[in-house]
Amino acid sequence: MIRAIAWREWRGLFLSPLAFIILGVTQIILARLFLGHVNLFLMIQGRLATLPNAPGLTSLVAAPVLGNTGVLLMLITPLATMRLIAEERHNRTLTLLYSSPASLTEIVLGKYLGILGFYAVIILMSLAMPLSLLIGGGLDWGALACGLLGLMLFAASLGAIGLFMSTLTRYPAVAAMGTFGVVFFLWIVDYAGHGRGAGGALVGYLSIVNHYEPFLRGLFDTSNVAYYVVLAATCLVMSVRRLEADRLGVR
Amino acid sequence: MSHSEVLVETDVVTRFYGRHAAVSDMSFMIRRGEVLGFLGPNGAGKTTTMQMLSGNLAPSSGRILIAGHDMQEAPEQAKAHLGYLPEYPPLYREFTVDEYLDYAAALRRIPRASRRAARERAKARCGLHEVGGRLTANLSKGFQQRVGLAQAIIHDPDVVILDEPTVGLDPIQIREVRALIRELGSEHAVILSTHILPEVQASCDRVQIIHKGRLVLNEDINTLMAHMESQALIAAFRAAPDLGALGRLPQVHAVTTQEDGRVRILHEPGADPTDAIVGLALEKGWGLREINPEHSTLESIFVELTGESPEAS
Repeated sequence: MIRAIAWREWRGLFLSPLAFIILGVTQIILARLFLGHVNLFLMIQGRLATLPNAPGLTSLVAAPVLGNTGVLLMLITPLATMRLIAEERHNRTLTLLYSSPASLTEIVLGKYLGILGFYAVIILMSLAMPLSLLIGGGLDWGALACGLLGLMLFAASLGAIGLFMSTLTRYPAVAAMGTFGVVFFLWIVDYAGHGRGAGGALVGYLSIVNHYEPFLRGLFDTSNVAYYVVLAATCLVMSVRRLEADRLGVR
Repeated sequence: MSHSEVLVETDVVTRFYGRHAAVSDMSFMIRRGEVLGFLGPNGAGKTTTMQMLSGNLAPSSGRILIAGHDMQEAPEQAKAHLGYLPEYPPLYREFTVDEYLDYAAALRRIPRASRRAARERAKARCGLHEVGGRLTANLSKGFQQRVGLAQAIIHDPDVVILDEPTVGLDPIQIREVRALIRELGSEHAVILSTHILPEVQASCDRVQIIHKGRLVLNEDINTLMAHMESQALIAAFRAAPDLGALGRLPQVHAVTTQEDGRVRILHEPGADPTDAIVGLALEKGWGLREINPEHSTLESIFVELTGESPEAS
């Protein structure tokens, strides 16, 4: 059941031009940034050779590419997730799901896995660039895997935020704006209060990017994993609750 | 037929929107092999009832049982016995008919191996074999409606709920859909909502009229037809008749003069005092010009019960 819903979601995305435009634009921007990172690496390569324990190709090119992908995902998420529930509600196709023997949890998880499938395609395509470095150099596989795990967790929490915002409305554009607001707020939340007392630490902890950066440095910390897991789970539970309220007719 | 199993049962179901009761204290049941027509003016609560029966909307109070499963307690079991065609067919515009029906089959938990057969059977029943590869968005309204119907019966459910199934169809398609409804009605329980009266006469075994959220009539179609048999005669005379003399005739209940000068003679159901009236008119020399049974229709019953014409609302 979950698989059928997820498959329809994923396929529905690729039947519209939106998915291809998102993938194309992402790839062009990432390619430009990737060239920039490679260029910088080539420029300082000579000096790096003289340093002991110098940063290598992975931390100077691969990690920044993953970081850029994360930023792009924050911008893509509103567009990619806006239709999940809102459009079904608008086109009245949600009725089909509601009158089928599927629980609300199955519906939400199906939708969620569908959008994660799309993110998986974005991540795999972005990964192709760092992997192309293997032609002329070597990569630190451990650090790369750690960064990749971070990116996947980051994407998983973004998708859940977008899904929840999409359950709130019948207009995809409203869902997109809401998701943009939440994601952007979580991005810049520690902008003013960097490290001032306990409050500053809390605000810093809320920031969605602060938990991603350690992964890129090759630092695996379960508290960062927990942040994303809790964020995603909260959004999914709230989505189920929201659909329940829908059935009860609370509008 | 009256001893077959009860497939749908609602028990004092009420639904509020804010403080407005869209449906109140609705209780009825439907057995296998019955086609129930749900009739009412727009805004009477038909769609709300359909949404509750199909699990799209929870009732504010009361209980709904589908094939013995409580819609609130065990929604998945209840919905497994249910096919629902809402007012607007829930089509994914970017999917072809085949893809769409395969998805609907998967949602209804039809095992992968038998999905293809289920899809082909549903297509054959709804006359869709030629459009399998076309996008649902590009189909005409009539075909979209039929795809919606195919979706509702693909898993051969015990209960089929159809919200205004013939809207937007041409007369030939309407006839086909009505035939399909009759066919479904022979093995399943079918609930069909409509505001078109002949549709009920054409395809239902039982009629429920709903008005302002309440059931105002729940009647077997044959009983209703019997009701609709004439209980009054309309007569016109050249000279003014003696209404008292007419009223004293046996089997006559009441006599009134209508606005157009004709006389309406209300008589006992099943009796026919025509001969007596003709004899009396001849004897008194009133000059009888015409005498006709008054035709009572579903329309007039509807108007009588709801106080408004179905088309005007």
